[in-house]
Amino acid sequence: MRKRVNIRMSGLGGQGVVTSAHVLATAASKEGKHAISNPFFGAEKRMAPAESYVRIAGERIYDRGELVYPDVIMVFHPQVITLGKCYTMPFYSGIKAGGILMINSDEPLPLSNDDLGFLDKMNVPIFYVPATTLAVEIAGTELATNMSMLGALMGATKIVAMEAMEAALQDRFGKKYVASGGTATLDEAIKKKFAKKEQLLAKNMDTIRRGFDLGVAWAETIKTPMLV
Amino acid sequence: MEANSVIGTINKKGQKIVDPEYLFFEAPRQQHFMTGSEVVREAIRRASVDISVAYPITPQSEAAAMVGDLYVEGYVGDYFRGESEFAVMSQCAGASFGGARVFTTTSGPGTLRAYENFPMWAGSRLPILINVMVRGINSPLNIQPDTLELGMILDTGMLIWHAETAQELLDYLLKGYIVAEEPDVHLPIAIVIDGFFVSHTKDMVMIPSADIALPPYNPYRSPVPCMDMEVPPVRMMRDPFVMKSNYISYATHASWQQEIRAAIERSRKHTIRLIGGLIEEENSDAEILIVSSGTAVAQGREAIRLLAEEGIRVGIVKVKTLRPFPHEEIRQATKNAKLIFVPEFNVVGWMAREIKAVIPDNHRVIDGPHVAGGMTMPPEVIVEEIKKVLAGKKEVVHG
Repeated sequence: MRKRVNIRMSGLGGQGVVTSAHVLATAASKEGKHAISNPFFGAEKRMAPAESYVRIAGERIYDRGELVYPDVIMVFHPQVITLGKCYTMPFYSGIKAGGILMINSDEPLPLSNDDLGFLDKMNVPIFYVPATTLAVEIAGTELATNMSMLGALMGATKIVAMEAMEAALQDRFGKKYVASGGTATLDEAIKKKFAKKEQLLAKNMDTIRRGFDLGVAWAETIKTPMLV
Repeated sequence: MEANSVIGTINKKGQKIVDPEYLFFEAPRQQHFMTGSEVVREAIRRASVDISVAYPITPQSEAAAMVGDLYVEGYVGDYFRGESEFAVMSQCAGASFGGARVFTTTSGPGTLRAYENFPMWAGSRLPILINVMVRGINSPLNIQPDTLELGMILDTGMLIWHAETAQELLDYLLKGYIVAEEPDVHLPIAIVIDGFFVSHTKDMVMIPSADIALPPYNPYRSPVPCMDMEVPPVRMMRDPFVMKSNYISYATHASWQQEIRAAIERSRKHTIRLIGGLIEEENSDAEILIVSSGTAVAQGREAIRLLAEEGIRVGIVKVKTLRPFPHEEIRQATKNAKLIFVPEFNVVGWMAREIKAVIPDNHRVIDGPHVAGGMTMPPEVIVEEIKKVLAGKKEVVHG
């Protein structure tokens, strides 16, 4: 059990890394844990590098800003690695020993031997999550990629319970939410895809549950799973 | 409260106007998990604001847009977008001259573009509240937090309070109006937060009910007449008087600027009562202290935890108000310290300069660590700096 879990989410603009961080932190907070989430991005445009950070602990957290030493790194798009669309280079920079690296990809990426060697030395297993494929399959839109990533994280680490996540999603999508221009536009786009908010919530939860099952199965294959 | 008190009356949104003391200290509060931008909306919802003018610049755009929502909902009297930050601040001045309670927000390059207005606001005794969400201002372009702009507004004649958390942001926004509008103060006030690290960060905040609000601004408590700058006691604008080069015009100008500085000092008694002192101390009897403001303090708190695990005892002095600057409080709090570290989110170290200027034996002040251009300050960086100095590996630069 770690005293504090630091999660760095690294993705591309429009994939929902900022939303995921806020939702995860809200879920943790609903469980009575202390949580802080904040984003890091440049110009608000799709496909530009975007990062967000979640810190979860049993005691008051003061730390904020860019997360330099994460326990978990979630890579939402292979291009973060393959095209270097990342604010933090290399993409695993600062990972703590015994941490987890989650990558959204249907198959392992051609990482260099140096990278693999470093991760092995740090005892950091790589969890490849077919997050976009799952999102398209279950929710019918790649915009739910962040939901499968969150589900996979929850399954692999048990960081928050499903009920708390459901309540957090209700908070975020179930009522009027004021966000910046880009996020608001994406919200509108996705709401049109699902005629009703309830349907949006249900599809999100379905996607999270499938990711969760993958996470549970993956954790069983790991010698020392990082349960939090 | 004076005669014709509005306390207990109901405003057009159905909010009960309550005594500020009740809103600040007695009203029940509920826990919310929200971003700093959302916290701004909730503060302004309860602040009886007459006019807000907005111009979008990251990271304050979200908060400004949310205040626009409050206008649509009827909580803010009027709201519009200015043509530029300079225009916004001029329009805020106009509204304040007219007797309105004014709110606006700014960030980084916007703050600099608006700059000419700030000393004008102070000189005109306009109690405008501006939420400054600091960000990088120099090239290369950056939108992340950097407190360089704060160093530049220190001497405009405004009151400046620097919040560390979303909770302080909420409380300072509401309490700021009450202090700024005191007749013996009556100055503009900047409530400052570090952009993104507070504005875009979700954190726990305790908020009083939305059905109560502060009493509206009473312009007749102003020490200078509203919209009349040509009659005593100020007579600031009359052409022959101000523009002619003679001794009496110089003397008037100089004494008026001193009066503004004196008004900043007079704000102490109100501020100390409302925000519980101008500084906050934790283990300040330690020989090693961290002294700073804003989220540099938050990172310092994490650093002292890490150092405590290694048996190194470090204390913190948090500076809550930059103007008035807590000279005496800092002198007292640092009197036993052997080393005073001043972590800052800027490259110039204006906070270290301020501290060095007010304490004896100021070779004790270590100007750093610094991060700039929006870089975060991991607690480990503060820890490393402290350990380097303790090990004698880093030369202490005397300032």
